Amino acid sequence: MSLKNSFAGYALALVLTCATLLSAGTTVFAQADQIPTDEQAISNGKALFEDNCTVCHSVHERVVGPALKQVIEENRSLPWIISFVQNSQKVIQSGDKDAVALYNEFNKTEMPSFAFSPEQITSIVAYIKHETENPPVKEVAEVPEGGTGPAVSGGTGVSSEYLTILLVVLLVVLVLILIVLALIVSVLTGYLKKDQQLEEADREIVESKFDLQKLLTNKAFLGFVVFAFTAIVLKTVIDGLFMVGIQQNYQPKQPIAFSHKIHAGQMEIDCNYCHTGVRKSKSANIPSANICMNCHTEIKKDSPEIQKIYAALENDQPIEWVRIHNLPDLAYFNHSQHVKVGEVECQTCHGPIETMDVVYQYADLTMGWCINCHRETELNTEGNDYYTKLVQLHNEHSKEPMKVVDIGGLECAKCHY
Amino acid sequence: MKDNKKTYWKGLEQLTNDPEFVKRSEKEFPEYLPIAEKNEEGGSSRRDFLKMMGFGIAAASLAACEAPVRKAIPYLNKPVDVDPGVPNYYASTYANGGDYCSIVVKTREGRPIKIEGNKLSKITKGGVSAQVEASVLSLYDKERLQGPLANGKKISWEDLDKEIIKELDAIASRGGQIRIVSNTVLSPTTKAAIAELNNKYGKLEHVVYDPQSSYGMVLANEKSFGKAVIPSYDFSKAEVIVGVGADFLGTWLSPVEFTKQYSKTRKVSKKKPEMSRHFQFESNLSLTGSNADYRTTIKPSQEGQLVAALYNLIAKKAGAPAMSAGKGLKVDNLEKAAKELWANRGKGLVVASSNDEAVQMTVNAINNLLGNYGSTIDLNLPVNYRQGDDKAMAKFVKDLQAGRVQGVIFFNSNPVYDYKDGAAIGKALSKVKLTIATNDRMDETTSLVKYVAPDHHFLESWNDAEPKPGHYSLSQPSITPLFKTRQAGESFLAWAGNKTEFYSYLNNRWKSDHFPQQSKQSSFDTFWKQSLYDGVFEVPVKENAVFAFAGNLSGAASAINKNYKTNNSGVEVILYQKVGIGSGNQANNPWLQEMPDPITKATWDNYLTVSQSWANENGIKVIEENTVLANVTVGNQSFKVPVIVQPGQADGTVGLALGYGRTKAGKVANGVGVNVYPLANEVNGTVNYTITSGVKIEATTEAHTVARTQTHETYMERHNVIQETVLSEYKKDPKAGLDQMMIATSQGTKKATAISLWKGHKQSYNNHHWMMAIDMNACTGCGACTVACQVENNVPVVGRDEVINRREMHWIRIDRYYSSDAAPEDLQGLEVASKNPEVTFQPVMCQQCNNAPCETVCPVAATTHSTEGLNMMAYNRCIGTRYCANNCPYKVRRFNWFKYFENDKFDKNTPMNNDLGRMVLNPDVVVRSRGVMEKCTFCVQRIQYGKLSAKKEGRRPTDEDINTACAQACPADAIVFGDVLNPESKVAKIMKEEEEGRAYAMLEELNVSPNVYYLRKVRNKDTQKNKA
Repeated sequence: MSLKNSFAGYALALVLTCATLLSAGTTVFAQADQIPTDEQAISNGKALFEDNCTVCHSVHERVVGPALKQVIEENRSLPWIISFVQNSQKVIQSGDKDAVALYNEFNKTEMPSFAFSPEQITSIVAYIKHETENPPVKEVAEVPEGGTGPAVSGGTGVSSEYLTILLVVLLVVLVLILIVLALIVSVLTGYLKKDQQLEEADREIVESKFDLQKLLTNKAFLGFVVFAFTAIVLKTVIDGLFMVGIQQNYQPKQPIAFSHKIHAGQMEIDCNYCHTGVRKSKSANIPSANICMNCHTEIKKDSPEIQKIYAALENDQPIEWVRIHNLPDLAYFNHSQHVKVGEVECQTCHGPIETMDVVYQYADLTMGWCINCHRETELNTEGNDYYTKLVQLHNEHSKEPMKVVDIGGLECAKCHY
Repeated sequence: MKDNKKTYWKGLEQLTNDPEFVKRSEKEFPEYLPIAEKNEEGGSSRRDFLKMMGFGIAAASLAACEAPVRKAIPYLNKPVDVDPGVPNYYASTYANGGDYCSIVVKTREGRPIKIEGNKLSKITKGGVSAQVEASVLSLYDKERLQGPLANGKKISWEDLDKEIIKELDAIASRGGQIRIVSNTVLSPTTKAAIAELNNKYGKLEHVVYDPQSSYGMVLANEKSFGKAVIPSYDFSKAEVIVGVGADFLGTWLSPVEFTKQYSKTRKVSKKKPEMSRHFQFESNLSLTGSNADYRTTIKPSQEGQLVAALYNLIAKKAGAPAMSAGKGLKVDNLEKAAKELWANRGKGLVVASSNDEAVQMTVNAINNLLGNYGSTIDLNLPVNYRQGDDKAMAKFVKDLQAGRVQGVIFFNSNPVYDYKDGAAIGKALSKVKLTIATNDRMDETTSLVKYVAPDHHFLESWNDAEPKPGHYSLSQPSITPLFKTRQAGESFLAWAGNKTEFYSYLNNRWKSDHFPQQSKQSSFDTFWKQSLYDGVFEVPVKENAVFAFAGNLSGAASAINKNYKTNNSGVEVILYQKVGIGSGNQANNPWLQEMPDPITKATWDNYLTVSQSWANENGIKVIEENTVLANVTVGNQSFKVPVIVQPGQADGTVGLALGYGRTKAGKVANGVGVNVYPLANEVNGTVNYTITSGVKIEATTEAHTVARTQTHETYMERHNVIQETVLSEYKKDPKAGLDQMMIATSQGTKKATAISLWKGHKQSYNNHHWMMAIDMNACTGCGACTVACQVENNVPVVGRDEVINRREMHWIRIDRYYSSDAAPEDLQGLEVASKNPEVTFQPVMCQQCNNAPCETVCPVAATTHSTEGLNMMAYNRCIGTRYCANNCPYKVRRFNWFKYFENDKFDKNTPMNNDLGRMVLNPDVVVRSRGVMEKCTFCVQRIQYGKLSAKKEGRRPTDEDINTACAQACPADAIVFGDVLNPESKVAKIMKEEEEGRAYAMLEELNVSPNVYYLRKVRNKDTQKNKA
């Protein structure tokens, strides 16, 4: 993401927010007095909403169930909402028109009953109301089209941009100084040339001309140039060799245009929801098609990409994703060790996955990269009895926090067997 | 320290210091590099090499341009219980004929990769044998039939059923006879299915035979006690054990069960300085005989007389009338055995493997006089391991020849190969109208039948087993059937017109039969699930009958006098089963073929074991694998087999293994050795596996090589590798037998470990410190650990030729030492190979030295030390200098001389050379490539996995989390592994107790400070001398 774009994004966000606030002010709610607006109720409602409702509902979008901003916009009565949430079937069976219409609209998908108290449901409605009145800012950052390289600057982008600017500024200053110095030299030489009282030796210096021929035959200079050239070539070759087999930024085309940006970024679906193995297995698992079906039986059924999943299920043909992270067989890596025990964020190794439309390999996955992390990372020992004694022992002779390296994190047999 | 030192030797060539052997043993690696085939003309030239290299560079640079696109293919519908990367375990049952073991199958991504013992079984108690361990590979055998066949052509199951039912109906309407021929069937449900078939077609008879019959025991028990069964034996209660030919630790009846029991009585500690005393009378040196305290060689023709003599000795003490047999027999240790049996009445056990009912009845009489029934022998709990009926089988052959049988179903049996009259059966089959086989491959019998209805592998089946009354064991499929096979029981049901699936059939039977037998679970569903989870369902047998001996001993005596002699002059042949190959039905399993025989240490062959004196008479000198062929003539059969000089072989006898000479088992087994089943004969109405007359053996000059590993990895001049003592000494001093080298320093003599050049790593072990303790008293040498390690760690099979080149890859080997019986001062006597040596087994794997000499010589730091005491090996860093192996005092490092995977030259290495076989590989362990060194890692993948499980649960790991494959497999619990820093671990407790006791480090004086400790062998002998 470029600097310019992000500025633009913020600006737009500001404008949008203002616009929404203005428009919200014009909407009138009949039950505005019944729905609390205090922060406590909203945050309670948010927690409840996220724990219980997000599987099927979103505030602004139709998912498995309707977009819940409807309840505010359609001005449903609070008792109706409460009874529907507590037992939707009862309301439907009672012949309530709206309920039956809803039920039919959503292919007679039953909403399970929730044993919430009226206060809890009210707080959820409060949260929905709050969200409806403050819609999230749509991200307008430019999405790289398939085929163009990813913007790898990622988290460190800003600082490296500053660095570049700094360097350019420095360069300009240096060039300016050079020009100024050259000017001074020429002025001084001119001045000295006019001076008649100069000694012979000094005059020679003043009148000496820049001799390119001499410079080119100068052994020291030639030696330096050859040395510099060899060093640069060698460095390039060695760097190139080190990159053999490294697939950093590898971004193959996948059989289905699945976007992590939509799922993990915008929908904020927990990684663990699809990558079920990440906390219990060595492999995080590419989700099986039945996991996709949890939502896509209802959502975006007509999308040609989703149709591909249906086809796979119908034909009993598994989806052949292209593997991006190819650790060699000789290295053993276990996701659960890092994610469950170490509580390492997915992004540490996989980069800003929530912004990727097409996933690419973020880290270089070299041994040096692994080792470096093991050297620097502090162990997550909090509340884990496996480490209690080790931490004690470690603290007896060290003031540094215990890192992975301190319990043999650099030993061969940690990863190679 | 050295005053009572024996001389130990692994092979005769070592004892005699044969110059050829000495030359070879001084080298770690053979010099020659026979890479090109010997017969190939010219071989590869320098020019070829350049060509190959040029091509190689081109290929490598091309390959480097673009990385291959790899696919990641997830499930479409992920099964709830399967998580890629997480193993699932299913309790199941190994039943191969009558061989039984309760097992737990480890599966990864839905495919079985390892078999482990089920600790919940009261019979096998978590033990396994090499055959059980290896059986997982038989599932992935390419030779398995992939679907039903009719006249050699593919057919659908529906059509097959139609045709078979039509033919069966036709036979039934004619009133024709039908036979089902099988080995012992342990499954009551399958028997019920057979019974349904019987109900439908009337004249259908189920004929049962066993490749190694024990029918004589059944007959003897029927005549002695009125119960035609084989009783349960409990070696754990026996203080004096007398075995007559019975290899109960290796192959007899239920070796895993017996090893568990036996090892309990063999373990000694300061708290319990008592152990059983074991006498063995036998001809071949068997695994059991090699573990005996007193072993006596006898000829098979003496067996009956010996048992009668033992009876008479005991009868004399008991005041019972003597038998009129066994007179004039003089063998060592017999009187001593009788005396001790009598002194330990009710706590002794006499077992014999003879299939002669007269001998078995005499054994029953002995045990009866000693009051062993009810304590070490339980007739109320008979075993179902051997249900073969020799008489019925003999009658079947006659009926077949006479054309009285119109239909035969071979139910997973291969009598054409493994029955003595197999050839006759094969010939007569052409007279039979309907022939069906359910065997898994086109074997010797199956290739002669019309219809083949291949059965599932046991890992694909629902089934049950009843090894003993009240002990029920369930099999559950741990993989979807790989091929279009069908469970034999389901086939029987289908042919009987019952369309039930076998699973429901089994389920219903358990509902009606076993569910009411318990009261713990109130719903059948829970009961069924619990039984599946446990793998076993055991109900105590309430019977408590007392049996009175009613055998006719005078009849037995006359039968013995007729069939046995006290001195027979002719050569006698003993047909025996090997611990690895067994009856030969798993012969196509390369793991079993390459497992060194526990005694001869030979692989990939069968051979004649001869005594040293016979070899001397015939001028045969066997040096390592080089030997000669001998002509064996028995009656009108004649063939050639290689000879192996076997210390401990009774003079005048030769041993020859069954289970070889398969012709249609598959690529691995075909053509290995000769089939000697046809040599078996009949004595007293039962099949007899010893030939006592009409045997002629002539040595030829034809050279032959037998791939033996016994003298590989020999270290010379190391006298204290084996340390042992006798029980009486041990009682006086728990450190008896210690052989420790001392060094002289300016402060006087000190232990060799007191001074060190190395700083060592021990101070850095603060998290874990993995150690192993191996009880040499419990280890029987069975080799289950070797195969378990091979399965767990993807150890390649190298094949016969490479074993001959000393390049076997097993990470754990079992060194078998003989010791001479001459006194230490008798220098000449020490040079003579003992006729009946003592045997010691010592499992040796990487000792994970704290001051590892391999680490200091590696130029690329590919082998380094961990902070948990492990000597690590990074394969991808190794450049193959082999310095480490040269510097290893224990010779436990293995070098990959070749690429053993995806290499047609090693096509017998089926787990790595075909797609099906590769499914057995452990995905957590790398398959090593050519040119790298490898060795035992203490199963570091299991250590890492166990630690991770503990971390995830926020606790310290325990013994339950982490165990090595060898320790887990050991049926004798001889290997104990764990973290010594955890005071609760077994190994920590053993090390604490035995540090000032039996524990010793191998080659301690080198001060490499190994992490494997051995517990000194204690023999229950009166004196240190070998001869009593």
